Amino acid sequence: MDRAEVEAKLKGVLVDELGLDADKVTMDASFDQDLEVDSLGVVELLMALEDNFGVAIPDEEAENIGTVGQAVDVVLAKMGEQ
Amino acid sequence: MNNGRRVVVTGLGAVTPLGVGVDASWKQATSGVSGIGVIEQFDTSNIKVKIGGECKDFDPEAFMDRKDARRMDRYSQLFLGAVSEAMAQSGLDYSEDEEGAMRAGMVVGTGIGGIKSFEEQVLVMHERGPGRISPYAITSIIGNMAGGEASIAFNLRGPNTSVVTACAASANAIGDAAAIIARGDADVMVAGGCEAPLCEFSVGGFAQTRALTTDFNDNPEAASRPFDADRSGFVMSEGASALVMEDLEHALLRGAPIFAELAGYGMSADAYHITLPRPGGYGAAMAMKRALEQAGVVPSDLDYVNAHGTSTSANDATETAAIKYVLGEEAAARVPVSSTKSMTGHMLGAAGAIEAIMTIKAIQSDLAPPTINYETPDPECDLDYVPNEARSMSISAAMSNSFGFGGHNVSLVFRGYDQ
Repeated sequence: MDRAEVEAKLKGVLVDELGLDADKVTMDASFDQDLEVDSLGVVELLMALEDNFGVAIPDEEAENIGTVGQAVDVVLAKMGEQ
Repeated sequence: MNNGRRVVVTGLGAVTPLGVGVDASWKQATSGVSGIGVIEQFDTSNIKVKIGGECKDFDPEAFMDRKDARRMDRYSQLFLGAVSEAMAQSGLDYSEDEEGAMRAGMVVGTGIGGIKSFEEQVLVMHERGPGRISPYAITSIIGNMAGGEASIAFNLRGPNTSVVTACAASANAIGDAAAIIARGDADVMVAGGCEAPLCEFSVGGFAQTRALTTDFNDNPEAASRPFDADRSGFVMSEGASALVMEDLEHALLRGAPIFAELAGYGMSADAYHITLPRPGGYGAAMAMKRALEQAGVVPSDLDYVNAHGTSTSANDATETAAIKYVLGEEAAARVPVSSTKSMTGHMLGAAGAIEAIMTIKAIQSDLAPPTINYETPDPECDLDYVPNEARSMSISAAMSNSFGFGGHNVSLVFRGYDQ
């Protein structure tokens, strides 16, 4: 899966599974400020990444995910490790 | 209420199997229409009960955005629908009024809270392990979250509590909210109830108590038949109800619409059995007696009773005996008593407040809603149950009864508002 594919799939997950507003989900959007994803939402996000990309992301690595683009970075890095 | 400030009702909201909104529900109720049908929300093939009352016209996203709807159990979603209507009707808006918001609160009743989410998440845990439980599992299940969510949605920053007295819960909520206003701790309280119990675990569990009818799966609309000789159990429904309760002076100052006054709130416990009513109805009678006394309403002045009337063998006979005991044979024979559960089914924790709304609408419209499916008299149920057709009549003082598993008894007395 290349970056564009991960981006497209992640956007679909965020809109369909987390109920986020499709218009606001850009690669630069911050989960905290722009998308109003709170601490519970972050847990849900990590579970959604695991389910959809088959990657396990520990809580401490979640701190590196500030924006949608950074989530893509983390997913690609984890997929590369596999 | 005679123990402090007078408390009036200035807004009503409801989501019921009869429709979304108070007017839609009231119109169906006074037309004698049943809201009961074959359950579509889950697969009933493994249980004997196939019917219930579903709020099929309810669209959560008409009342909240999709992201918020996702984190809530249906019981909270239904409640936000009801509160939204009640607040709009009252003309109150605290979104930019922090000072007012501090004096506005909420009391909500539910029987079993987010039981659908509970079932769903236990299955997830069982199948995939505790690491897959949703972070919103607990916050959607807990029975106080409807009140929490509604306080956030409508910026109600005063007292906020939840009542868990089974099928009496939202009647308690109304009385408790009024008491908070009467003693001066708030000027406005939203009171109500909500329930979304239609899932395999809860319908299956209630079926095991033998409280639900299984005789009318082929004829759902005839299933809820309070006081009829052929009644054989209640029909479970979902729904929500909300009333804006307000200090009379506060309501007058802002020129609010005043629908009725809560005049009396009586409570008692059966202290007898976990599901069966105390024989003779003496527990229920005590709640009614206390509510009528607090309201200063003597039996000859009582115009209408909205009964708990569940359509179970035990409740309807016992409630009849209790009404006769409290009012005396003569007044009991005269006062019309109807059960709107014949049409809505039993919305459990939401029932008390929707029936309070029906009672208030009856006062406002001088129209007693009927008990439908009343065909064959039962010697143990020998009152005037307003059979099958609504009745135009003068109604100025009316009582609503609610009783819950655990032996909780609540009666509310409302009066039309006059200066």
